[in-house]
Amino acid sequence: MPENLLSRYAECIFWLARYVERTENLARILDVNETFSRDSAGGLDWLPIVRLHADEERFFAQHAVASASDVLEFYVLDGGNPTSIMTAVRNARENGRTLRPLISTEMWMQLNMFYNQVNALRPVDLSAGNLTSLFRWIKEACQTHTGITEGTFFRDQAWYFYQIGRCIERADATTRLVDIKYHALLPKPSDVGSPVDASQWNVLLRSAAGYHAYRRLHAGQITPARVTGFLLLDPRFPRSVSLCLSETNRLLTELRSLYDLNGGDEAARICQSLSAALRATPAPHIIIQGLHEFLDQIQEELIAVTRDLYASFFGHSSEARPEQEM
Amino acid sequence: MDNSVLAQYDPNGFYCEMVHSGATGEIRNRLAALSLDAIRQRASRAQAELYNLGITFTIYSGAESIDRILPFDVIPRVLSPEDWRQIERGVVQRVTALNLLLDDLYHEQKIIKDEVLPAQLVLGNPNYHLAMQGVTLPHKTYISVCGIDIVRDHKGRFLVLEDNARTPSGVSYVIENRHMMMRAFPDLLDGIPLRAVENYGPKLAQALREIAPRPTDRPRIVLLSPGIYNAAYFEHVFLAREMGVPLVEGSDLRVENDRVYMRTTRGLSRVDVIYRRISDEFLDPEVFRPDSVIGVPGLMRAYRAGNVALANAIGTGVADDKAVYAYMPRIIRYYLAEDPVLSNVTTHICGEPEGLCYTLDHLQELVVKPVGEAGGYGITIGPRATGQELKDCRAKLIANPANYISQPCISLSVSPTLVETGVEPRHVDFRPFAITGASTWVLPGGLTRVALRKGSLVVNSSQGGGSKDTWVLA
Repeated sequence: MPENLLSRYAECIFWLARYVERTENLARILDVNETFSRDSAGGLDWLPIVRLHADEERFFAQHAVASASDVLEFYVLDGGNPTSIMTAVRNARENGRTLRPLISTEMWMQLNMFYNQVNALRPVDLSAGNLTSLFRWIKEACQTHTGITEGTFFRDQAWYFYQIGRCIERADATTRLVDIKYHALLPKPSDVGSPVDASQWNVLLRSAAGYHAYRRLHAGQITPARVTGFLLLDPRFPRSVSLCLSETNRLLTELRSLYDLNGGDEAARICQSLSAALRATPAPHIIIQGLHEFLDQIQEELIAVTRDLYASFFGHSSEARPEQEM
Repeated sequence: MDNSVLAQYDPNGFYCEMVHSGATGEIRNRLAALSLDAIRQRASRAQAELYNLGITFTIYSGAESIDRILPFDVIPRVLSPEDWRQIERGVVQRVTALNLLLDDLYHEQKIIKDEVLPAQLVLGNPNYHLAMQGVTLPHKTYISVCGIDIVRDHKGRFLVLEDNARTPSGVSYVIENRHMMMRAFPDLLDGIPLRAVENYGPKLAQALREIAPRPTDRPRIVLLSPGIYNAAYFEHVFLAREMGVPLVEGSDLRVENDRVYMRTTRGLSRVDVIYRRISDEFLDPEVFRPDSVIGVPGLMRAYRAGNVALANAIGTGVADDKAVYAYMPRIIRYYLAEDPVLSNVTTHICGEPEGLCYTLDHLQELVVKPVGEAGGYGITIGPRATGQELKDCRAKLIANPANYISQPCISLSVSPTLVETGVEPRHVDFRPFAITGASTWVLPGGLTRVALRKGSLVVNSSQGGGSKDTWVLA
């Protein structure tokens, strides 16, 4: 008989993966914005970062304008901001602490050191000359975590919950990125076929670590529909919504059959139908029918998947644990 | 100038665990071959590693959390095979007597009827739980894990200071300290015949299986912790890992039909044995403190019904009480018809006329302790007390003699310890750990705590104490 997994551990490992994934995504977005998001006058616009996280209200309660230093502090250092790197790393580490009986010593030690280093960051570390190396270091710490986990984490039920958490977080991050950037760059559906400022679309691709793969696929011009299609639908691109959903579905199916788990029907059903919908709908269709509504619906469905994981496996409703930020 | 580790070391007339112990010549030579700078460098690396490994206790204040490591001194404390034989025999004897005492106190109370132990000491004790009367435990094992505090006096004699029979902690440091020494000082350990401390987890798991209440091939064992905010959380993690069992919190467990279950991804799953690191009063809000949020409602029902084992049992606190401690030599003789292998610190029971009389006559030389208090509260240290303090103490003794015991001041042994100014003698104590299932086993090693402040006798981590690796030579 396979070992049972404590519900609380399942929940914590799911969130551990999500918080590390969230940290990596955020570091990449901030890095790319810093390096490539200059407007024609050479100035940097940080407001889209605030919009991306729907943080306008909280941010502007503390700051008059979205200056580079304020936005960076808010998203890197501010432990009171639930969407900051500081918060995500702290939460990852706290979940790791709870999971210490389960995860490998190497996983814990790296998380603990990562947290101690992030916790020691000061505003001076965010000065212009330090930023690129700072974000590179944060991304590498996340990737180190992923590598250590791949190489040392015992592959029982917990491994499945870990991977499901990462896939769901990644899918969610990609929908948000596409949503906000698309509308910032191209407000009207009728503009779909028109020529655009390629550099901004490159930024979007780089934010999702998809620039070079996209270049290999589409040697020619950059069009909004192609970029959108690539980021959302390409089954080979590791951060595409399509790939994340089919992975989630595969993982759920294996988990349930290998460990004889009863719950999770609803989550599996949602993943299957979303995957099917993504396969069946080419990017231009999605855009014409309303990209924002489409992405909104995917986000809602991802929340519903998480809700079913809570009810089926974590032993309570997702509203009962407010400390984990959806 | 000779800059080696022990060159300037002088134990100042105290009994020294390194200089006076006969077994440590080779170890002294190896230490002498190291320079002070080298040992400092390795010590600071070792501390950094403990921090990175998170072998820490966490202090929370508001949203901030601060991780502290238990200071680790790299100069080991060494026990000879003869020292160890005595400690091992003495600990087994004491734990055996303590378990027999508890079984008796919760059943026939023969020791009270035979007037060896005063009834009031037991029945009036807040740690004596009526709910445990008549509950019969497998192998009559109440104290599965015991940590007996032992000191050494100026003549090198071992003396028991305290029997910790509730939820003694510290064993994780015993094993982690050894690992740290193996990493930082392989040259010091090489070829020294040391008893291994690796086996603690499997031995504990085995003992817990032995007390499982239902016959099953693989009883489900869990470790119940108050959670990540508990100062000893690292140890809970450590032990759960070493035993390969889930680390649960109260909210992970549920009692249905007087059976205990844990919540898993597959639903409720039966639990047979709980190694609990929560004290009695927080364990079951239905029976003990109703405001406890870390306990498991109904646990006591399941326990009394014989559907789950708890380690340690509920109500063991009556056996490690300070007043009962004073009777330990008599308790050992009563149940085992043997002389104690390890002596108590001479203890005068003020509830007895001769004890009170002696205490009042020698107040200036004695330490007077209230029996009910823990953590050093209410203690009067005669040689350091003012005239007024002695007067107050005398008045309290006369008003309520049964509430006090008195003991002579013990001149604790020292061990060379790395401090700012070099290597100096610092006072140490010792806590070996005994595991009991069907029989008792003592981990060949233990926690040596060291008072890092000059002259201090207080080894507690909250008051400037650290720890050392303890080497039991084979």
